[in-house]
Amino acid sequence: MNAVTPINVTTTLKDWESDQEVRWCPGCGDYAILKAVQRTLPEIGADPAKTVFVSGIGCSSRFPYYMASYGFHTIHGRAPAVATGIKLANPELDIWLVTGDGDGLSIGGNHTMHFIRRNLNCQIMLFNNEIYGLTKGQYSPTSRVGTTSPTSPLGSVDRPALPCAFALGVGARFIARGFDVSKELPTVLKAAHAHKGAAFVEIFQNCIVYNKDRFEDFAAPKGAEDRQLWLKNGEPMLFGSEKTGGVKGIALDTAKLELKVVDVVDGDWQAAGVIVHDVTNRSIAHMLVEMPFGAFPMALGVLYDDPRPTYEEALLGQDAKAREGKEANLAKLLAKGQTWTVADHEGHPA
Amino acid sequence: MATQLAEPEVRSNSTPEAVVVRFAGDSGDGMQLTGGQFTLSTALSGNDLATFPDFPAEIRAPQGTLFGVSAFQINFGSTEIDTAGDAPDVLVAMNPAALKTNVGALKPGGLIIADSGEFSKRNLEKAKYEVNPLEDGSLSKWNLLAFDISALTLESVKPFGLGNKEALRCKNMWTLGLALWMFDRDRQPLIDWLNAKFKKNPVLAEANIAALNAGHAYGETAEIGGQVKKIHLDPVESAPGLYRTITGAEAVALGLVAGAQLAHLPMFFGGYPITPASSILHYLAGLKEFGVTTFQAEDEIAAIASAIGASYAGHLGVTSSSGPGIALKGEAMGLAVMTELPLVIVNSQRGGPSTGLPTKTEQSDLYQAVYGRNGDTPMPVIAARSASDAFECAIEACRIAVQYMTPVMLLTDGYIANAAEPWKVPDPATFKEFPATFLQAPNGPDGTLLPYARDDKGARPWIKPGTPGLMHRIGGIEKNPGTGNLDYSPGAHQQMTDARKDKVDGVAKGIPQQEVTLGDAKGKLAVVGWGSTYGPIHQAVRRARAKGLDVSHVHVRHIWPLPENLGDLLRSYERILVPEMNTGQFKTVLRDQFLIDAKPYNKVSGQPFTIAEIEAAIEGALA
Repeated sequence: MNAVTPINVTTTLKDWESDQEVRWCPGCGDYAILKAVQRTLPEIGADPAKTVFVSGIGCSSRFPYYMASYGFHTIHGRAPAVATGIKLANPELDIWLVTGDGDGLSIGGNHTMHFIRRNLNCQIMLFNNEIYGLTKGQYSPTSRVGTTSPTSPLGSVDRPALPCAFALGVGARFIARGFDVSKELPTVLKAAHAHKGAAFVEIFQNCIVYNKDRFEDFAAPKGAEDRQLWLKNGEPMLFGSEKTGGVKGIALDTAKLELKVVDVVDGDWQAAGVIVHDVTNRSIAHMLVEMPFGAFPMALGVLYDDPRPTYEEALLGQDAKAREGKEANLAKLLAKGQTWTVADHEGHPA
Repeated sequence: MATQLAEPEVRSNSTPEAVVVRFAGDSGDGMQLTGGQFTLSTALSGNDLATFPDFPAEIRAPQGTLFGVSAFQINFGSTEIDTAGDAPDVLVAMNPAALKTNVGALKPGGLIIADSGEFSKRNLEKAKYEVNPLEDGSLSKWNLLAFDISALTLESVKPFGLGNKEALRCKNMWTLGLALWMFDRDRQPLIDWLNAKFKKNPVLAEANIAALNAGHAYGETAEIGGQVKKIHLDPVESAPGLYRTITGAEAVALGLVAGAQLAHLPMFFGGYPITPASSILHYLAGLKEFGVTTFQAEDEIAAIASAIGASYAGHLGVTSSSGPGIALKGEAMGLAVMTELPLVIVNSQRGGPSTGLPTKTEQSDLYQAVYGRNGDTPMPVIAARSASDAFECAIEACRIAVQYMTPVMLLTDGYIANAAEPWKVPDPATFKEFPATFLQAPNGPDGTLLPYARDDKGARPWIKPGTPGLMHRIGGIEKNPGTGNLDYSPGAHQQMTDARKDKVDGVAKGIPQQEVTLGDAKGKLAVVGWGSTYGPIHQAVRRARAKGLDVSHVHVRHIWPLPENLGDLLRSYERILVPEMNTGQFKTVLRDQFLIDAKPYNKVSGQPFTIAEIEAAIEGALA
């Protein structure tokens, strides 16, 4: 029971566009993510009637209004908790959570944590723009140290949270990364959907008003091959090219137990010790989510994917087992325990 | 309180009709268990009863201390019992601390049974006694019976070879045995219970039974000098039928199960542990076969949010907590009001503010229930008056939630949650069903969907995600009155605010007219109450009327919206007195709604009102 029924409904991108006017700022990265999702859903055969987008509060959380599926725009930070109730009430529904760095990691960090550790079979898309957009530009829990904003005029001093490291730390069994305008985003989303369990996807998103081009250093098309490491299961972790600064790879420094960048000469990555990506390797996943950009390229794609039984299977399965052979007899339930009978005046029991 | 055949206003009888017994001991002494079992045997003997478990917030407070005393009071008799009784007739004190904290309440001439074995120098010091009160004559206004229960218990369980600590644990059964003898109770149900409880450890069962029998035999023999007399109370004259004992927490859980069944819905219960509300979650967790899913959430907010999610998906969402947890749920209640989804929120009130008095009772969350949310956020509120009433109130909360597509707050309190009373088991065949309906096809013109169209009750349609062709979006943001699409326009907000208010106001049309609970529909004084003050108010009004005073009792179940005729009814009395276990919250609501001069009478000590207190307030109000 509880496995999402194989869905194979024919739709087009248009079928997923609601009649609502999209209200994000012109040029916002959210537009690209919306399109990527609307492109992905027909490809996986999703059924709009069985698909629910659930969001919290913030720019990203307006997302459900623009999808021609079921949608629930809840309250700040609580989307994972609402989604938990929906999934437990009807495990057949295909639920996509839409949240942001403030919604999912600040006010709602607690719910994000428990949703992931319980492992409900849903997709979590965390749009990370490293800023509070809807409240006009305050620094967020993922803002880099020194971010100047209305609430940190001298620059923020708190160290940022790493969304993927957080997710892995609380027990995620699927971690992926993408960015708004990436052509690979639908591939990442498809992998997230294919994973049975809570699939955590961090999507870097450009807030063009309050944090413009924050991710240009790795997301810009020019030089992308040197700055992006697209991970593919079973393939060596290679980046760069002969045309730019040479092919490079990620290897393991076994003495220090940390990752290092190595040069690949003549395509012989084995000789350079480049790691072959194994999505089930949790130790390497821990290193990938913490791999600092700059000295290393940005790790993108599916970083980790190793399913475990889902919460709804466990809980509802246990409930079903408890119901076996029992009847729901209310009269008997009400009269349970030690009872006594008061007879009527003739002495007959009532 | 049992369902009585007739309600005699006055009874004059020289034999005792009711007796109040208080068991008090260390929180580790098993006083709640002793009280619970005594309650059961009392119920089985056909007496009406009410109980008041009064225990500290600490699970096992340091032994022998004043703050570690746990007490259980029971009032039982052959007449209708509405309260746990004012002053005890009998106090069983298992140590000096229990004596010190409870003896003040004992009736003059009442009986103290004390375990002299526990009145050691060390225990006396812990209870801040300089001299042993059993020996200095300070208890002379009561009948004192002190004997070494500890030693007698150890003697009685000797054959079973228990360790000293385990053997002393049988003390409560020894005491219970004595109490059963005093009140002419059958020991067999208790023996059966002990055998079942210690099924895996028959030696413990036998030892406890031996202690019980020894206590009983002790009463029977002449050793105790005739101070303890065997008291027999005739069974109360109750309506014929099947009875059981029930606590408020059990009644709420059963009422919710019944309510979900009557709505033809599976139930989803999202909860987070909190005193004194947790027992509802515990109880429901064992009722899976009734289509109940229980979810222990990570916090109070997730508890209600998950229940809202489940309601959205077509279950009856329920959440439960106590004051501090209800405060955390406030924003989510607003979401349920805004998205117009059915939801039942149970608040087992305790003393506040903040952590306050976690294990004590209070009625101070009424403002929170009626007014405590941001925005104009109307929500129906119902208050239970007793354990058995909580069953009906829970069903009523489910009905309103489903029929009006609204969250509903059900108020109980720590007293109702923990107190036990006899309950005439109702026949589910007599319950009225209120099946929920789900929209299956577009409801607007030309095949359009209007998720916020309204029926004659002002309720919007319930649309389950998964239904083909009815895809739509809802949320906490203001919306268009028909389509539900995001709409901030001035007209939309005005219209939607009015619609939400009208809908909840309209609940009053579907509830019974307010009746006079006891007395006349007009006169000098009405005592208006709500919630668990029902018992003491009812008895106090009855006594005052027996003295010839012109006073009536009006008990209000529907706190919001109020019954349509309540204003007119209250205006037909010259004076209105509102006793509450808060600083005057319902009084404020009545003044605001009806512009009447409702006078408060308040108590916030963590203890229920006594009948005498309210009787005095009635006399004061009429003076």
